[in-house]
Amino acid sequence: MKVYAIYILNKAGGLIYQNDINPGLNKLSANDYLVLAGTIHGVHAIASKLKPTEFEPSSKPFGGEKEIPIESSATFSSSISVRDSTINNDVVNGRWNNPNTNNTGLRSIETDLFNVYVFQSLTGIKFILITSPNPIVHNVASLNLKINKGELNRQFDLAKEIFHNIYVTYSDYVMKDPFYSLEMPIKNNLFDSKIRELAK
Amino acid sequence: MSEEEIILPSIASGVKSLTVNDRPMHEFGYNPSLGPHSNEITESSLNILLNRKTISLTPTSTHSIYDRNILGTKKHELSISSLSFLFGEVVSWSHRSSKGIQDLENRLNGLGYKIGQRTLELVKLRERFKNTKREIRLVEMLQFIHSTLWKALFGESANELERSQDINNEYMITDNCPLMAKFINIPKDYGNLNCSALTAGIIEGALDSAGFYAHVSAHSVPTDYMPQRTVFLIKVEEEVLIREDLRGGPMN
Repeated sequence: MKVYAIYILNKAGGLIYQNDINPGLNKLSANDYLVLAGTIHGVHAIASKLKPTEFEPSSKPFGGEKEIPIESSATFSSSISVRDSTINNDVVNGRWNNPNTNNTGLRSIETDLFNVYVFQSLTGIKFILITSPNPIVHNVASLNLKINKGELNRQFDLAKEIFHNIYVTYSDYVMKDPFYSLEMPIKNNLFDSKIRELAK
Repeated sequence: MSEEEIILPSIASGVKSLTVNDRPMHEFGYNPSLGPHSNEITESSLNILLNRKTISLTPTSTHSIYDRNILGTKKHELSISSLSFLFGEVVSWSHRSSKGIQDLENRLNGLGYKIGQRTLELVKLRERFKNTKREIRLVEMLQFIHSTLWKALFGESANELERSQDINNEYMITDNCPLMAKFINIPKDYGNLNCSALTAGIIEGALDSAGFYAHVSAHSVPTDYMPQRTVFLIKVEEEVLIREDLRGGPMN
């Protein structure tokens, strides 16, 4: 998996950090990046409303992934997965309709050309990762080829790991910097180099 | 006892109904209608005082570093996060009240100076049995700071201790990754500010109270792999060098 870019959005959906690590994406104008960030922020919010607010835990099978295949007229097909791990874990804990988690909303968008992963911290900061597409495409499933479920999820798990590391680096090098003011754009060479290191 | 209502000066209207006959629960505590008399320790209130059981809402461990013996050989450790947040607040507090970058560095240096004076005492106290001698030569003193003091403060000794070749009163201690300023990124418009000025102040305080008068400053000398590399430049006063000469010339 190749990481193309890492974005960080603040609570209000403003782009506060942008790092194009590997070439592979078209350059946009500064304004368009802000629009892109705002759009993802909005889609994330809508997606978190898409899940059923109440359901019977017994009637639903465990495994909280709803795949919505999108038939698009564009040259690539895509599938958006709204992962809802509240279904997975919290049914067991009896907290399955607690909205007070960061587990709802848009988690990943997988297309033939690129993948987008979104991670929201409990404080509302969003980390967005744009990577190369899955080596095994979702479409293969329709060709009746046998693929392990783990194969498809491998990249998602990898992204999760990167998010974890980014979050740690963010808490260290951004939050502990006395010259940084909250919710403002991050201009930090030290943070830049650390992010570059871990996304290689 | 009259049934007249007593005017209570400092009590809000809601408690107006309090009368002389009202005693607080458990017969204990100040009753404004009785005055100082209510605070007298009687047999029942003494009982309450002695058997009082309270639950602290702020749990404090009795094994915190403050409760340990000051001479203890156990490692005194604390989390780097709390240190960084404290230091970050120190920096922004000094920054708020400073007039410029130089002023900010001076303030940090001044704060460190006091820490240095105290740390020297503490480190010397803790190594009392191992090494009872007092450093009287400059190089020995610098080696003590470079290794022992640094280890006590930051857990490991500094990276290099050098002597300037051109100017004979300059010495340099290099730290490749200064612990205090580990997470601090200096914005571009702050020029050559280095927050390790506090550490420089610690060195200066320790040297001064040991009788080696010097001026210490911190300078960033980044390399590719060590962006935080800091050199502490120690400028020793002339009188110290004269004293060194009297004791048999510079030691090498």
